[in-house]
Order: sequence, then C-alpha cells, then structure tokens
Amino acid sequence: MSRANTLDRRAVVAALLAGRGDLLVVAGLGASNWDATAAGDSPLTFPLWGAMGSAAMVGLGLALAQPKRHVLVLTGDGEMLMGLGSLASIGVQHPANLALAVLDNEAYGETGMQATHTANGVDLAAIATGCGFERSETIREMAQVEALRARLTQRQGPLFAQIKIAADTPPLVMPPRDGALLKHRFRAALLGPDAALA
Amino acid sequence: MSATPPHDWPADIHAALKAAQVKQVAYVPDAGHARLIKLCAGDNTMRMVPLTTEEEGVALAAGAWLGGERAVLLMQSSGVGNCINTLSLMATCQFPFLTIVTMRGEFGEFNPWQVPMGTATPGALELAQVVVHRAGEPTRVGDTVTGAARLAFSSYAAVAVLLSQQLIGAKSFGK
Repeated sequence: MSRANTLDRRAVVAALLAGRGDLLVVAGLGASNWDATAAGDSPLTFPLWGAMGSAAMVGLGLALAQPKRHVLVLTGDGEMLMGLGSLASIGVQHPANLALAVLDNEAYGETGMQATHTANGVDLAAIATGCGFERSETIREMAQVEALRARLTQRQGPLFAQIKIAADTPPLVMPPRDGALLKHRFRAALLGPDAALA
Repeated sequence: MSATPPHDWPADIHAALKAAQVKQVAYVPDAGHARLIKLCAGDNTMRMVPLTTEEEGVALAAGAWLGGERAVLLMQSSGVGNCINTLSLMATCQFPFLTIVTMRGEFGEFNPWQVPMGTATPGALELAQVVVHRAGEPTRVGDTVTGAARLAFSSYAAVAVLLSQQLIGAKSFGK
C-alpha cells in the first residue's frame, strides 16, 4: 500500500473548476461525475453515467474537434485503468489543449471500495509519461492542484495528473441522467443553438 | 484482350466520407481497409486517429460530435465485440455513429479463430442498437456508405456498413 492520501476529492475538483470560464469538461462515471456536479452543474460538462473506460477518448475527440478550446477530463483510477490504451492513443495525437486529471483513491468506490491496481503500485503517471504526454505528475498537495489549474489553459498538453485523494465517500450530487439532454445542452452551449441542431 | 480493372471501391468510400464531411478517422490497422486508410491519410481534411482497441473509436466519435465534428471508425469484424458496452453511449445519448467494418470469418475464411466473431457480428451490432447495412457488390459500396453516413449524421443513428469478405477477398496465408 502507498502512504496515506489526504487530499479531499471535492476540494480538488472545486479548485480545478474554479473560475472555469469556457473550459470544456468530460467527467467519468461515478464519483468523478458527482464531484464535477458538486462544483457546479454546467452545460459545458459532459458527465458519463456508463461506458466505463471511455472518458479519456471522449475528451480526445472533443479536443481534436475544438483545438482552440481547453478540455479537461476528470475521472477516477478505476475508469482510467479500464482505458489504459487510450493514453497511448492520446500520446500519438498529442493535443496541446487536453488534460487528464485522475482522482486516485486507489479503490472502486461505487462497488464497495475494492482495491484498484493503483493501490498495489501501478503508477498511472509513469504510464502517461511512457505514452508521450507532455507533462505527467503525481499530486499529493493542494498547491500542486492549483499549479495544475493554472496550466489547464496554457496549451502545454497533453497533461496528465494522478491526484492521490482520500478514499472517502462524500454525498451524491448528481447531474441529469438523460444522455440526449446532456449531449444537446453541451453542443448548444459550445456551438450555439443553431449549429447544435444541425 | 484486356481485363476490366477491379472497381476501386475504397476510393468510393473515401469520397463518400469526404462528402459527408467526416473529419476524424479512427482506425485499427486492417488489411481490408489498407487502401482506404492510405487515401484518408493523404487527405488533409481528415485527421487520422490510430487506436489500440476499437472501443476507443466509439468514444472518440462521441467526443468529436460534442465538439461539432464528424468521425468514422474503421475496423474489422473481430473488433466489433470490443465495442459493445461503449456503444451504449451512442444509444443512450443518440450520438451519430458511423463505422465501416471489414468482415472476416465468412466467405472463404481460412482461419477458424475468425469465425465465431464474424458470425456474431451483424447480430451483436443489432443487439447494441446499431443499424446494419451490408455491401458486397464493388459498385454499390460507395452508395451504401453515402446512405449510411446520411442516416448516421442526419438522423442521429448508429450505423455499421459491413464489407463482405467476398468483396475484400479472403486472406489465405499462402495456403
């Protein structure tokens, strides 16, 4: 087991999304989704309720389609582990406007807190480095979170951060579940009402 | 006496994708798609996105549409099985989705390991709420892809075009 992780997931996500402006966000299923919603539901957040393992690639498709905007994927260690290959695919595309922040509590929180591979030494940040991310780091302090927040809009990506958070379970704060609504409101906010209906 | 040259159906697919304004081409390398991949890679209006596994391309297509772009996924029938759970994203959110699938495990197949997934491919796609079109005649491939793209991007449907092994030619491993 790794050393004690003390960062509060809600505080981390609130800091990353503070003054988010026109930042585009993809939230992975489960607790990352609730954290993003707790920081303030936004049409420019696309929260996933399923399709586990796909958050990073949704972020890539979005980042490639919108090269002038900044894209943040917020997801958990279990969700990221399910899509490890996508780190390689993102490394190949190397989008400067994409950042992945993995909220790593070393556990599958939605299913009974079983240990994930990161609890047993799997180093996601090292994997991202190996996949060619421009910058990859393991975060254990809020000051590092603040520094990451500043980098999100500096086109220095692709960025990867494995953020070691405490394994607690804050109250559920859920966004809408209707997928068609979530898609449409995102496109309307990003592309404008006419383009969104094209 | 000169033989009629084979119809260049990969060029027809490329033209259909271009006309449909497809900008992101996600693919897993495949012999049947080799010429199409080359044509798309040579087209500066298209972004090539090689994948490590097929379901990445399903998620990519969702992200592309969120950002206002159209994507296509090129894969082999053996990759369809990898996509099933991720396809729930398309069904639930009504994302347009277009995939062109080269078939294995059917006409003239040499490798028995390809047969189970090849046999299951149309049914698996349909169970995952993907509309299945099949193209077997070289001269009909372009129209089939054009219609599939329109169904996908104008009617927000998930659509697969299966390119029959008879069209592509069975891989023989020299046997």
